[in-house]
Amino acid sequence: MRIAIVDDSGLRATVLGDGLREAGYDDIHVVPPRGAFVAILERMAPDVVLMDLGSPSRDSLEEMLVVSRALARPIAMFVDQSDDAMIGAAIDAGVSAYVVDGLRKERVKPILDLAIRRFNAFARMQADLDEARTALADRKTVDRAKAILMKTRGLQEPEAYAALRSAAMNQGRKIVDVAEALITASSLLGGIE
Amino acid sequence: MIPVSVAFLPLTDSAVLIAAREKGFATDAGLALDLVRTTSWATARDRLVYGQVQAAHMLAPLAIAVTLGLGQHPATLAAPFKLNVNGNALAMASDFAAALDPDPAQRLADPVAAAHDFAGAIGLHRRKPVIGIVHRFSSHALMLRYWLASAGVNADRDLSLRVLPPSLMVEALRAGEIDGFIAGEPWSSVAVADGIAEIVAAGSRIWQRGVEKVLAFRADWMEAHPDIVDRLLPALARAAAWCDDAANHDALAALLERPEYVGRSAAELMPALTGRIVLRPGEGPIDVPDFLLFQREAANFPWRSQALWIYSQLVRWGMVKTGPQIERRAADVFRSDVYRRALAGSGLPMPGASMKVEGALSSPMSVGTHKGALTLGPDRFFDGRAFDPNDVTGYLKGLAAISTD
Repeated sequence: MRIAIVDDSGLRATVLGDGLREAGYDDIHVVPPRGAFVAILERMAPDVVLMDLGSPSRDSLEEMLVVSRALARPIAMFVDQSDDAMIGAAIDAGVSAYVVDGLRKERVKPILDLAIRRFNAFARMQADLDEARTALADRKTVDRAKAILMKTRGLQEPEAYAALRSAAMNQGRKIVDVAEALITASSLLGGIE
Repeated sequence: MIPVSVAFLPLTDSAVLIAAREKGFATDAGLALDLVRTTSWATARDRLVYGQVQAAHMLAPLAIAVTLGLGQHPATLAAPFKLNVNGNALAMASDFAAALDPDPAQRLADPVAAAHDFAGAIGLHRRKPVIGIVHRFSSHALMLRYWLASAGVNADRDLSLRVLPPSLMVEALRAGEIDGFIAGEPWSSVAVADGIAEIVAAGSRIWQRGVEKVLAFRADWMEAHPDIVDRLLPALARAAAWCDDAANHDALAALLERPEYVGRSAAELMPALTGRIVLRPGEGPIDVPDFLLFQREAANFPWRSQALWIYSQLVRWGMVKTGPQIERRAADVFRSDVYRRALAGSGLPMPGASMKVEGALSSPMSVGTHKGALTLGPDRFFDGRAFDPNDVTGYLKGLAAISTD
């Protein structure tokens, strides 16, 4: 079974492709949705196309499905139109799938299940990464604010941190917001950063 | 608060939905309006058809095509409310535009001559011009076909039509993958602002009151939830009036500018709102009155005759089989009955009829209403042809007589 993965994100395509290979599928092709990707797909003649639901290029792909004679059999989206639970899970996960008409449901379902799991796992990974990035950026901001306090008020580091924390608690704001305000004010006043 | 989710695409004509949420019109009606941004029409359709949203901002011909089972997912849709009238433009790369009338204002002023010039420019071009359209079933694509056919151009034979999402058009043009595109604003204005294209035609000069986006529901959901529909439509009508008011255009542009909505600068959004359109990079704007209507002239009323005009064009271009049952199903997508019911207490003038001859008005005219005064603006097609919804067959015969060989 030939599976094409149309995806902008190289990382997500890798995550999905690896999963499919582990599950024993070996005819897998990743196609970024840029330029003449529709022509590439036509030549490839896949049985299943997996695509990010959020991709703006879905309309281009569907137009191909309408006009192309290169695909011998019409392609229908999803496996079984009556399987609403699976379709709901796919849409939630951001997976859209196009399957050559006539492929048996039991052959396609495991692929779609796997794609849904991998897309969800990728989304969680992405969220964790974003969180880690934000945490790192926040810590740098707080460090800069502490440095300003230490220099201008001659405080030790723990005292500078305590000053920030109590200001934040008094104003009902986050420490990083107070730190940002302090950095802005300090630069406006021509102070050091 | 009753939660209602609506899918939309980042386009200027999603304004009514955004204003309904941000200016409190939805809240006043007891609705918690959740707007789900999507970047392709296929995704908006899937979310609607599979019930992840209750309604969607949708190309009017797409709502009809989905109902007639022409796309990937057949489902009976219902459009009881139009979100706007007009609002799109054709932008061509500067080198292609150079083969047209040198005065860009003249191109818009005389669409008959411009279509013939365009036909000539196709012959002069180094290859078959590639024109980006947003969807096979988009109002703009149908209008482009209609306009060029008057000059003997058959879009399927003489052009390469390429489907691209609106937000990728400008990049594709810059990369030379397409020679021009027809799309909803702000994208044509963005291409002009970037200095790579000229606006050579406006939808409002091809059909003065062209049908554009609708609010689409699944018909079964709409029938099962009249209470929500009867709250939502009046809220949208109030939002539409707010969007039409010139005094609010700056505030509206500031809303649309936000990244969660259209995400383009106010400078790029304002031309469509004000009708002051820059046609060529570096030049001053010209006035294109009625470039985009949100509410005035009962713009939101879903005339069944307009659904039938779309059907006639789908038949003309071989996209659907003809037949009285199919014709009836197409007309039934536009639910003027639901509009009447939901807006009965709104005080808005209510057209007396649900069908009219499209393209018959050359000047503003007062029309019969059940309540209040309603003046419809001129709605002519640029070729002067009128569409009688009671004689689709005769209309199609007349169109077939135009030679595109």
